[in-house]
Formats: sequence, structure tokens, C-alpha cells
Amino acid sequence: MKTLRHIATATAILLGATGLASAQTLNFAYDADPVSLDPHEQLSGGTLQLSHMVFDPLVRWNKDLGFDARLAESWERVDDTTMRFKLREGVTFHSGNPMTAADVVWTIDRLKSSPDFKGIFSGWTSATAVDDMTVEIKTDGPSPLVMHTATYVFPMDSKFYEEGGADIVKHGDSFASKTISGTGPFTISEREQGVKVVFERNANYWDTNSPGNVQTAILTPIKEAPTRVAALLAGDVDFIAPVPPTDLERIEADENTQLVTMSGTRIITLQLNGKRNEALADPKVRLAMVNAINNQGIVDKIMKGFGTTAAQNSPAGYLGHNPDLKPRFDLEKAKSLMAESSHPDGFSATMMCPNNRYVNDFKICEAAAAMLAKINIDIDLTTMPKAQYWPKFDERAADIMMIGWHADTEDSANFYEFLNMTPDADTGKGQYNSGGYSNAKVDELTIATLTETDEAKRTADLQMVEKILYDEAAFVPLHWQDLAWAARKGVDIEPVLNVMNFPYLGDLVISE
Amino acid sequence: MHIIAFLIRRALQAVIVMFVISLIGFSIQGNLGDPLRELVGQSVSEAERQLLRDELGLNDPFLIQYARFLGNALQGDLGTSYFFKRPALDVIMDKFPATLELVIGATFIFLALSIPGGIYCAINRDKWIAKTIMTGSIIGISVPVFLTAIFLVWIFGVELQWLPAFGRGDTVEMPWGWDTGFLTLDGLAHLLLPSIALSSIMLPLFIRLIRAEMMEAMGTDYVRFARAKGLSTRRVRYVHAFRNTLLPVVTVGGLMIGTLIAYTILTETVFQWPGMGFLFLEAVNRVDTPLIIAYIIVVGLIFVVVNTIVDFVYTLINPMVKLPGAKS
Repeated sequence: MKTLRHIATATAILLGATGLASAQTLNFAYDADPVSLDPHEQLSGGTLQLSHMVFDPLVRWNKDLGFDARLAESWERVDDTTMRFKLREGVTFHSGNPMTAADVVWTIDRLKSSPDFKGIFSGWTSATAVDDMTVEIKTDGPSPLVMHTATYVFPMDSKFYEEGGADIVKHGDSFASKTISGTGPFTISEREQGVKVVFERNANYWDTNSPGNVQTAILTPIKEAPTRVAALLAGDVDFIAPVPPTDLERIEADENTQLVTMSGTRIITLQLNGKRNEALADPKVRLAMVNAINNQGIVDKIMKGFGTTAAQNSPAGYLGHNPDLKPRFDLEKAKSLMAESSHPDGFSATMMCPNNRYVNDFKICEAAAAMLAKINIDIDLTTMPKAQYWPKFDERAADIMMIGWHADTEDSANFYEFLNMTPDADTGKGQYNSGGYSNAKVDELTIATLTETDEAKRTADLQMVEKILYDEAAFVPLHWQDLAWAARKGVDIEPVLNVMNFPYLGDLVISE
Repeated sequence: MHIIAFLIRRALQAVIVMFVISLIGFSIQGNLGDPLRELVGQSVSEAERQLLRDELGLNDPFLIQYARFLGNALQGDLGTSYFFKRPALDVIMDKFPATLELVIGATFIFLALSIPGGIYCAINRDKWIAKTIMTGSIIGISVPVFLTAIFLVWIFGVELQWLPAFGRGDTVEMPWGWDTGFLTLDGLAHLLLPSIALSSIMLPLFIRLIRAEMMEAMGTDYVRFARAKGLSTRRVRYVHAFRNTLLPVVTVGGLMIGTLIAYTILTETVFQWPGMGFLFLEAVNRVDTPLIIAYIIVVGLIFVVVNTIVDFVYTLINPMVKLPGAKS
């Protein structure tokens, strides 16, 4: 490739066309491309990454997990259940239509009808246009998460979509899944799903303060991690994500590339099902298990240091993160707890893990099984691809099951709602609580925090939930998966990266 | 007449084979996992998922689903890919040129190297070059394709940076809607490494096969007679002896087409080659069942067609062979 590139450069110089060099092109490779151009079709990282390039949210997360104004210039809380957003003047969509409050209201209504997003917006009872540039949101009660939720509002060009077709279609073709009009820094000029997406700079982008100088950005999805790394090292692409733990050292050692890592927010846990296996219902056994599993060792050896050892759901920076809770590993204590428990001689249990969902997932489970063997718990481990794993997970098919979770709301209550609350098919609470853990206090506090707007009170409640889960060994916390990106020198990715893994490529600067 | 009878018989066989393939393909789909997981976000409720399953007809009994599939398939509709949201057959046909060009590239490489290599080793079996080739071919057979592929990427892509490490490069659209990489320098550069990787399985096998057959032919009576008649060594070797080594080569070659297609899955995955094999593996990961079944059917059809052609070419090389199904 280099050879070809040199020939191309030489030709360009010969033709006196060196002036073209100022048009910056970014070739980047992620492990997947967005499944659809419709930002409301599927709630996934790929969709949100696309939304940040072609659309713009009302507000967006900054590096400190605070909110930056985007299409909303300012906001004010009118009363307990009302929030007002003042929109930015003079913003136009790619189609040329001006962006107004009507578009924002239209977009929110559409979000509320999307199967994937309606859960996040369930608390928003109405959105109304007060005037052309003001939108008022009403919630069903006092809501602490209005701003969190507003990060999901990427105003769409209502006129454009109304004319073409605005249906959200999950499993077929639709106008919105193929055509796109937002306000963002890029438009899409070419797309072949699974092969490439070509983004072109929006010449009329409203954010003229953005230092971003990428004129063309070409996304190539490269699923295989070694191929992705090779593509970067070979100079075929300028920026890749994610970087697999096995290649961190190699990229750091290469003088032409730079590596950026961050502690992540996806927690990896094991859930213990006391209903399937009565031994796991004994709190002493559960505590013994948490003490027997050396999660620091797993991070050091299996994750090659590329993870943050956890003792709770909430990562640092979340309101619920309880700084008093420390990872527990004490084999002697584990042995004595087992001796005092209802199963002093040990027992056997089944365990299931995916083998292609989380980083090193099945290796982590193998290690955990070996650690549990030391306190005479005989684990029968089955691993399988995620496609087969999820149906098994829904069936609660093993005594111990692995689950990783990232809170869509970037808020602690989301963990408890899905992973730790008493499972209830009607409300959907505890949908991913395969251990069937149930504690009335946890349920009550979680529900309360969903409507508590006093931040101090809310923080105390959330942290108390973590404490209860910790004391009762409700589950086995392992670690938060770290994030890693890599780029060639000269592509300054550090300032545009964040813990949500939405690189703000509109602001990316390529210096050479 | 014989040819027509042969073709009709083969067509009937093909229909039965395709029916069996579709039945097997369709019956394994239930074990591939739940496609809904790939279609919706993590926090979508089970009730919502059931609704979608109903819409997709996934909750119907097997026979009803299969009957519906067959009915559509007979009209040329193999279902709609969940991921691409387009007819599965269209998606596969879009990727077909890339795979075919890879197979052509690999075939070209292994034919161009194995025929002279095999003949050379047969005639000069005691020379050190021949011995080296034979030793090398044993190693070649035992190294898996994906290792060869990763090795090539590492040496020529990353370390030496002579050739691109992934993808297909620039393509040119042909008048009949076929994107080809054969016509651009960039396209050919991208083709080289995957073709070598893919040919690496065939090459040693063919060298050994041609060598063995050639040695046997050289020892037969008619070759000795030809020599005795005073024909030139060159003519004896390359016309008389070599011609007879071709028969088994065509047979094995035909059978190997299947292997070649199977190995495109590995090669395409390592090189991120946008062809059918890569598409298939991704479809399995995404539980895109309509696409998986369509792939199985298309590849099944390729097998049937290729085997028919191989049988046919057989008779052209050696008229003594009777077409199965043709009356003598």
C-alpha cells in the first residue's frame, strides 16, 4: 500500500497537484458499521456513533460526564416535571430545511414509538413547541434523568422524512433506513452495508468553532481484531477501535501509532441462581464465592491489565459509585466461610458463558471455575457463541451465568433496574437478573431513585443499593471493560474520545 | 442425443439435491440462535420481542414456515436478509463477483505453478530442487489456510508494507453491473495476497498429484513405444505422457472446487474480502437465517453445476469415458 501511495504522491507532485493535500481524509475501521441509517431503528453503539456524525444531539456528554450544549443552546427547569430547551438559531438540515422546535417535537414523538428507544423515553409524557425555538418537555413525575435522556434526541428533518416516509421498519427496507438528513458535521455520500460508509464534510455546518478538519471520512467495518490491527500498522487505515488487549503492547511500541485507553463503564458479572441450585441461596456460600474469585488476578493476567477491577455495578463517575466498596479476594476467608456454610464439603454447579460477546469472556469463566474449585465448588462450564447464549440466558439455563452491562442512561439505577431488581415479566424489571436475586429494599430504593430530583438524596440512595448488593453478595462483580482506540501519529484522536465510545469525529483534527 | 439425456437426468438430480439441501438448511436454522437479539437493543422487553417474532413468522410451526419458504423459493425469493434488509439472493449475488475473482486468482496461481512444478519433479526427481519442492509441499499441506493468510498479512502488509493488508481495493464497474478488481492496479494488488493464501492448500496437493501421475505415465508401455518409435523426448513427455496425467487432475480439481469455496470463508475473513464467504460467516454471527439458508442453497447449486461440468470436460479429454446416463 505504501508503495502505491508513494507512487500516487510522486505523481501528484509531478503534476503540481500538491495543493490537494489540504483536503484531509480519514480512513477509519470499527468492528461493525451501523445496521441502518435510521437513527431510531436500533439502540446500539454503532447507531449512536453514526448519529453523532450525521445528526447532532440537543446536548452531549463531555469528558467529565457533564453535558455540553449542542442544538439546545440552553435549558431551564420550569418546575418539578417541566424542562425547557432553547434551540440554537440558524441551524439547517442537510436538505436545506431550517431546524425548528417542530422538528425536535416530531423527533421525540418518533423516538417514543421506536421499540428500542421507547423505554428510555417512557417518562417523557409530552414534548411541545412553545415557539419556533423553544421546546418544553413534561415528565410523568419529577425526573432526574431529563438531561441524560436529551442526549438521545438527535433532531431529524421532519419535512424531509414526512415526504419520503418516516416509518420505523425493523426487518425490511424503508426510506429512513436508506436516506438521511440531519444537521451534523457530515453527510453520507456512499454506503455499502458491511463494506464501507463514506462521509463528506457538511459545508454549512453550524458549529464553526469546531476545529475539525476532516473533509472525507471513510468507515470500513473490520470484524476480525488481528486484521483491524494489521490494517492500522500497515498504514491502510488511520484510526481503529476497539483495540484488542493482545495488541496493546505492539501498538504502543510502534513509533508511528498512538494508543488511547480509558477505564470503561461496562460491568462484567457472574449471577448466582439460588432457585436452581439451593447451595447458591446460602449467603455464606455467595460471600465465599466472591472471596474465592480473584478478580484483580483476572484483570492482570487474562485482561492484561486492560480492565478496572470492580466490587459493584457503578463505575467511578456514576452517582451510585460507592467509594467504600473494595474488591474482595481472600482465599482463607473464603474457605472458612464455606466451612461455616450449609455446604462445608462443597457442591457442584453448572455455569454458562458466551465465547464471543465480551472481551475474553470464556477465558474469564474458565479462570473463575478454577478459582471456585479451590473452595470445593465443582463447576460444569459450558461456553457458546452469543447467538446461542442469549436464548439460554433467557431460560436461566445454568446455576451461574455471565452478563455484562452498560447503562444506556449512563446512570446507576439502570444497572439495578435490569440486573438486580426482582424479575417481573409485566414491568420488565429484572429482565436480565438470571440469578433471580430479590430484595424488597433494593426494589424500593431503585424505584425511588427514578423520580428523585434531589441529587444528594438520590446519590445516597443509589450508593446504598450498591452497599446492600455488596453485603449480600448479590452477584459476583468482576471488572469494567476498558476502552481502547489507536491511530497513526498526526491524527489527534485523544480530544474527541469519551467513555461512551462516541468519537466526536466532527471535531477531529488531522495535523499531517 | 446423449448429451441431452445426460443434461435432463442431471437436472432432475439437481432438483432433488437442492430440495434436500433446502430442507437440511431450513431445519438447522432453529439451532442457530435467536435472530431477535441482533435486531433489537438490550433493554427491549420480552413482550416487544414476541411481537416482532410474530411479525416475522418465527412463532409458526416448522412445517408452515418451511412450506412458506418453499413456495417463495420456487418464485425465486429466498427470503429477506435481516441485516441487509434486502432480498438474500440479491445480497449474495452482489458479493459473488468478489469471491469468483478470488477463486480465479487462486486457480491461476496454483495451475501456473503446479503444472510445471509437478512435471519438473517427475522428470528430475533426484535433483535437489525437486526434493526441496516436495519437502516444501508437505509443509504447505499441513499449515492451515488462516495461518498462511495471517502470516502473509504480517510479512507483506505490516512489516514490508508492499501490499495492502485487507479489502478489495478499487474496482471498475463493467457494463453488465459486475464490479471487477482485475482492471485496476490497486485491485490486483489487493487480490494477490488472498489468492496466494487460498491457493496454498491446492498448490502442494496438485504438485504431488501431477508428479505421481506423470511418473506413472512415464513408466507405461505406450510411452516406451513412443520413445522406441523415435519421437522426440519433448513430444513424448508433454503430449503423450502429460495428456494422460490430466484426467485425474480434472477429477480432483472438480472435487477441490468445493474445498476451494469452503476455504474462501477463512481467507475472506482474514483479509476482510467482501465476498460470499465473509458474508456467510458474518451472517452466522448475526443469526441472519434467511441469508444463511440462501448461501447454503447457492453454494449447493454451484457444486451441482461444477460437478456436471467436470463430468462433461472428462469426456472431452478422454472420449473413452462414457457420460453417466448416456446410453452406449
